[in-house]
Amino acid sequence: MASNTSTRWWIPLLGWLVACLLFFPIFWMFITSFKTEVAAVATPPQLFFQPTLENYVAIQERASYFTFAWNSVVISLGATILALLLAIPAAYAMSFFPTKGTKGTLLWMLSTKMLPAVGVLVPIYILARETGLLDTRIGLIIIYTLINLPIVVWMIYSFFKEVPKEILEADRMDGASTFQELRHVLLPLALPGIASTALLSIILSWNEAFWSLNLTTFDAAPLTAFIASFSSPQGLFWAKLSAASTMAIAPILIFGWVSQRQLVRGLTFGAVK
Amino acid sequence: MHLFRRASRRARGLVAFLIGLLLVQLVNACSAGPQAGGKTRLTIATVNNGDMVVMQDLSSHFEADNPDIELRWVVLEENILRQRTTTDVASQGGQFDVLTIGSYEAPIWARRGWLRSLDGLPADYDVDDLLDPIRTGLSYEDTLYAVPFYGESSMLYYRTDLFDEAGITVPQNPTYDQVAEWAEQVHDPENGVYGMCLRGKPGWGENMAFLTTLVNTFGGRWFDMDWNPTIDTPEWQNAVNYYVNVMNQYGPPGASSNGFNENLALFSTGKCGMWIDATVAAGLLSNPDESQVADVVGFARAPVESYPNGSNWLWSWALAIPETSQSPEAAERFVAWATSKEYVQLVAEEYGWVAVPPGTRKSTYANPNYQAAAPFAEIVLNSIQSADITNPSPEPTPYKGVQYVDIPEFQAIGTQVGQRMAAALADNLTVEQAIARSQNVAERFMRHTGYIE
Repeated sequence: MASNTSTRWWIPLLGWLVACLLFFPIFWMFITSFKTEVAAVATPPQLFFQPTLENYVAIQERASYFTFAWNSVVISLGATILALLLAIPAAYAMSFFPTKGTKGTLLWMLSTKMLPAVGVLVPIYILARETGLLDTRIGLIIIYTLINLPIVVWMIYSFFKEVPKEILEADRMDGASTFQELRHVLLPLALPGIASTALLSIILSWNEAFWSLNLTTFDAAPLTAFIASFSSPQGLFWAKLSAASTMAIAPILIFGWVSQRQLVRGLTFGAVK
Repeated sequence: MHLFRRASRRARGLVAFLIGLLLVQLVNACSAGPQAGGKTRLTIATVNNGDMVVMQDLSSHFEADNPDIELRWVVLEENILRQRTTTDVASQGGQFDVLTIGSYEAPIWARRGWLRSLDGLPADYDVDDLLDPIRTGLSYEDTLYAVPFYGESSMLYYRTDLFDEAGITVPQNPTYDQVAEWAEQVHDPENGVYGMCLRGKPGWGENMAFLTTLVNTFGGRWFDMDWNPTIDTPEWQNAVNYYVNVMNQYGPPGASSNGFNENLALFSTGKCGMWIDATVAAGLLSNPDESQVADVVGFARAPVESYPNGSNWLWSWALAIPETSQSPEAAERFVAWATSKEYVQLVAEEYGWVAVPPGTRKSTYANPNYQAAAPFAEIVLNSIQSADITNPSPEPTPYKGVQYVDIPEFQAIGTQVGQRMAAALADNLTVEQAIARSQNVAERFMRHTGYIE
């Protein structure tokens, strides 16, 4: 009994410790964004200092934050919607009408995530050039859709697997077509799972930096390109970079905060039977 | 069930709205091209440093004088910029009209036919006013392919207050033996002052930039005339031993992760007695807004061991026009403006003489206003003028470049060797091991790329 109580006492403490550890870099970035450049590199690091907004002002003068942010919004939402439109029918077929090749197909889809992105940079760059998709939002939307598709299919597949087949059979007995079955029965039942998959896809697209830096220049550049412009080869830059990063992650952080209940519910959906 | 239907209807509405929004955005995006509203759009890829930020600020003057041109800036971190522009130029992407490249890339890219020649610049541009070593570095087969935005060499910075206290007088041309002695005298870690700060962060443009100048002046070179790597020679051994010993005894802790910026921060907050690095730091260290030691920083030429050539490097950031530019005439007008004498005047008027881009034009250094504002001007000029990219070592070399080798493979070789040198500095390898492994890796690279059998 005694050991049980001590275990209970330790768990929340450990949870808090891990949470603080994970959150610390974000916290440090946040406070660094209010320091002067010299204070940002001071050793020992300063926890108490005279806060200043000069970095945020300097950033606003140098780059148009809202153009980058709007690109991020359009690209991550576009890629997520497109991925869902493709993944839902695929996952439906794989969960309810599996064939001999289904398991293999699922594994093969995942294997595309195992290739380092830089390995296909030049072919994709040339394809994008030939199709006029360099520096366009639609180009990035297509790339992100393809990148996230394996994860999205896998997640939705596992959520669909949780839905008892009997419900669908009953529905079919009542004369529902495949589309009606999908729309009126399956999607509502798996909605928490689909919502959390969509959230994850948005977050992944928002944070993706390799393709967004390589395939965009000006018109379609998202917030990752905005951050990359504040690192300097010569001169101090940590405070400004921290301010740019804070502004870049703020929307997705708030979005994640607001939707965390949905996210946690979806991610633990079917975890305990 | 009713609840689900309501939720799905709401979700459907949201999805329809988002798809609509997206379509509008996509149509908008497709309509943009190099010509918009009758104006020629120039896309300029550049790095984020003080001089480039000033150029961005002042570019409104250029747009006012050239109302038919609209400038679009793509500012990226140095390594990302290098990767991004290389991908675009090599695969003929045509995304950029003006590129910011270094003196390492300029001749390599010109040789591959990626850059437009800049021999047709107008007479009033006065191309002969460019500093000769910088101009040579940006040329290929005597044709200019990039125009310098700023240029730099390397030099020695020291704390005059600490040196006065120790009774040391620094000559204008110090030696590495003297520097080691002084480092010992001013080293005072209890009070947070380290005798010597040098680059340790691995990278061909980081620790290897400094180390290559050290090897040069110790009499070494990267390759013999048949492209055999010569890292396992006594000259390299002596240079690397010197570097590791001085840094282990008088360097700051964690020196193997210090690059230019980290050392700049250390020196400007009073933590270094001496520092050997880019001349561009002189202006930053003399600026009281950025440096706590602005009034006690002394300047001298980069130290020398046995061979004076090659002890101070030569680098410039320059503007070039890729062959794939869709508006080469407008791009040429811009690069000529941004590197002209008039531009230097404009910066002086708006930001003061100390802020003008250094290391590019003779006329800047002949200007008494600049000489008065920048006490380090003469040392910088002499350093740049003495840097000889054609004879970096006492031994003949098959390559050009003081702190780099002008072959595309050098980035990879330099960085790999840099990692082994950083390991030696961090005591993870002995100097002998680092040298032997560096020689191996360089030989392997050169064999794979067909330079040697």
